[in-house]
Amino acid sequence: MDVSQYLEIFIEEAKEHLQNLNEHLLVLEREPENENTINEIFRAAHSLKGMSGTMGYKRMQRLTHDMENVFSEIRNSKMKVTSSLVDVLFKGLDALEAYLANIQTEANEGEEDNEDIINALNDILNEGLGKAAAKSDAQGADTAIAYNGAVKAAEVKPAGADQSLAHGKLKFLDIKIEEHEKKAMVKALSLGLNVVGLTVYIQEYCVLKGARAFMVNRALEEFGEIIKLYPSAQDLEDEKYDFEYSAFMITRETPDKLMRLAANVSEVKEIAADYFKLSEADVALYSKQITQDEAKAAQTQINEAASLKSGSAAAAAKQPAKPVANRSVRVDIEKLDVLMNLVSELIIAKNGLVSISDSSDSALDNSFHEQIEYLERVTTNLHESVMKTRMVPIESVVNRFPRMIRDLSKKLGKEMELYMTGEETELDRTVIDEIGDPLMHLLRNAADHGLESNADRAKAGKNPVGSIYLDAYQDGNNVVIEVRDDGAGINTEKIKQKAIEKGRITEEQAARMTDKDVIDVLFQPSFSTAETVTDVSGRGVGLDVVKTKIEALGGEIEAKTKLGGGSNFIIRLPLTLAIIQALMVIIGNEKYALPLGSIQTVEDIPSTEFKDIQGKEVINLRGSVVPIVRLGTILGCQKPEKEPEEHLVVIVKKGERLAGMVVDELIGQQEIVIKSIGKYIKNHKIISGATILGNGEVALILDVNSLV
Amino acid sequence: MAALDSKQYIIAYLNQQPFGIDIKYIDNIIVLQGITRVPKAQAYFKGVINLRGEIVPVMSLRGRLELPESEYTSKARIIIVRPEPQSAPVGIIVDEVKEVITLEADAIEKMNYDESDIKGSFSTGVGKYGSELINLLNIPAIIADKGSNELV
Repeated sequence: MDVSQYLEIFIEEAKEHLQNLNEHLLVLEREPENENTINEIFRAAHSLKGMSGTMGYKRMQRLTHDMENVFSEIRNSKMKVTSSLVDVLFKGLDALEAYLANIQTEANEGEEDNEDIINALNDILNEGLGKAAAKSDAQGADTAIAYNGAVKAAEVKPAGADQSLAHGKLKFLDIKIEEHEKKAMVKALSLGLNVVGLTVYIQEYCVLKGARAFMVNRALEEFGEIIKLYPSAQDLEDEKYDFEYSAFMITRETPDKLMRLAANVSEVKEIAADYFKLSEADVALYSKQITQDEAKAAQTQINEAASLKSGSAAAAAKQPAKPVANRSVRVDIEKLDVLMNLVSELIIAKNGLVSISDSSDSALDNSFHEQIEYLERVTTNLHESVMKTRMVPIESVVNRFPRMIRDLSKKLGKEMELYMTGEETELDRTVIDEIGDPLMHLLRNAADHGLESNADRAKAGKNPVGSIYLDAYQDGNNVVIEVRDDGAGINTEKIKQKAIEKGRITEEQAARMTDKDVIDVLFQPSFSTAETVTDVSGRGVGLDVVKTKIEALGGEIEAKTKLGGGSNFIIRLPLTLAIIQALMVIIGNEKYALPLGSIQTVEDIPSTEFKDIQGKEVINLRGSVVPIVRLGTILGCQKPEKEPEEHLVVIVKKGERLAGMVVDELIGQQEIVIKSIGKYIKNHKIISGATILGNGEVALILDVNSLV
Repeated sequence: MAALDSKQYIIAYLNQQPFGIDIKYIDNIIVLQGITRVPKAQAYFKGVINLRGEIVPVMSLRGRLELPESEYTSKARIIIVRPEPQSAPVGIIVDEVKEVITLEADAIEKMNYDESDIKGSFSTGVGKYGSELINLLNIPAIIADKGSNELV
């Protein structure tokens, strides 16, 4: 079978299942008795097994199968969830991820059999079940089926099914019947038809059990009407059931005959069927109701009878209406990139039209201006829509962190908890792809350096279990991600010492540094305060890489710390990357764009208000002292002939700090498309890119935040 | 390379001196247009231009080769080159572009240069074309930032 066309879907879905498994295993470790979780795990493992089997990934299938066996025993309460068991299961998940990674890069699952994990799983099974000998044989045989896939099921009886058969095959007897269904049954009885309950057992190696159930139902519907399915038809179709399901039929046939007929469908292991009997009270109640109903609508009955003859058509109508299918499509990110580029071009073209309409006022009539304004609205909306399609919840990045923290907790021998909020916060796909590593770095830092050992925490009167927080939220045009811990905080004295030792700063400098300056040292390349290099962190390639990466994404990072109280790393990322609102200004005779996001206000300040404090220019802005940045001097622009009497000062805010940027003229607000100026030209950090103006000119975008 | 191998070069002039640029690097030749200065960049980078919606950095070849700068005339051109087929384009300003010539491999005198001599690495050899000697430029070395610190 050629499965290559499904490969992409397989990879996507397998990833989802693996993530699902990871998450639920974590829950299971905490709440070993949580039935929902066990069921969810079982379902995910099972789907994964089926999928990998269909795609022909035998090793993956085998490993999942053995894991599923363990889950199955847990579900049947035959085994207890222990920490070591979860460890092995996590190892199994890692191995599956490795298979998947291999499939993704090389389109095959690789040669690794992961025998050790499989053996560990089987050991656990044998140990947990006690009655090792008999079981493990069956287990082994079962594995063999999954592995070579060719053995007929009839030859071996899988282990799990045995018990379920033993305590009553007629599972449909336990199912709750809804009122309207009872009514239909009573009505059928009154018409002299049989009501039969069936429980269908599908072979456990069946891969497309959704399709199998459909075929069984179709076979049955030739002889009557299925009035109820449990699980529901939709769930059956979606393979949301284990290997058995129940159905209720109204039919002229006997249960025996139905059993024989349906058993002809391949991959059906067994069918148990019997007449379904309603209690006397129910029959009495519903017969009465029916007589009343009949009086009202005799027509209905005729329809019902007719539909019974025509069988399947009516049955389809009777089944619960299909819920609205998942109304989404998977789109290659490259296609969205192309779309985004086109929107960028369109905005540039629109800006061109705007500048024409601005420059030639009298020659053009009003309707031209109106149309331009209309076009402007459309392009803005279009841009927003395209942007939205590229937004992905941050969840897809952070959902692997609980697992990571668990592993770190074991490795470091510290107990800790990760609390996450705002996983639904959305970011551009390109940012999402890049933000994972920096966040991981910060979390590892928090776990390794931030949190003290449990004993130290207890001594300091804290909760011995450390807490790490990951909070994401939107703040204006930015998305903020905070990585917080309640650990020891950063010891600024220690950093100073280290920095002096390494010759980064002199003692004099150290004495003058504020805590904030000291923390900035942490972000310098190859600076680590860790006494020992551990597996987890301490090689000194941490924070500077984090910083570089975040700045490459157009974001910024700052750190706050309280000795003894913990540290907080705050990452700010722009909501969108490619197109921003900017304030266009003139400095010297050049045009520059200042991103609107960081601008607070624009002030007219008389030059007499500029005060000189220790060689630095500041102004007093409504009670707060704001340092002044002469952009013209920094950028080496042409100086105006003489100092003007009044300055235009753009007040910029970064975190808590304010600064005033002196510009010569304001042009106005404009939507601009950010373009890179390339890697050849030496890029000062103040220039974050360039944009093309309406008249084709290039204006540089200033990252004013870097000057605050 | 085989003896029959020949290469085509575009002849550009700086200070009336001919320089050869292998056409395999050349994307486009455009007239001089408005250049937006990029503050704090290397001195020989004049800034960036808008080349059909793409931002392209532009360097002065005079500046790069440490020749005295002079006013550009209407003959000045920006040669858009790509050091690698896939890499981003860069513009090189020259005084004038004259012609395309074909040089046989045996008309090219390879030059040995000292790796530490940045300026020396800008030349791949000397081409003999008629009576003229043409300095053949090593475009990747010129574009690369290597040694720029000394030049700024």
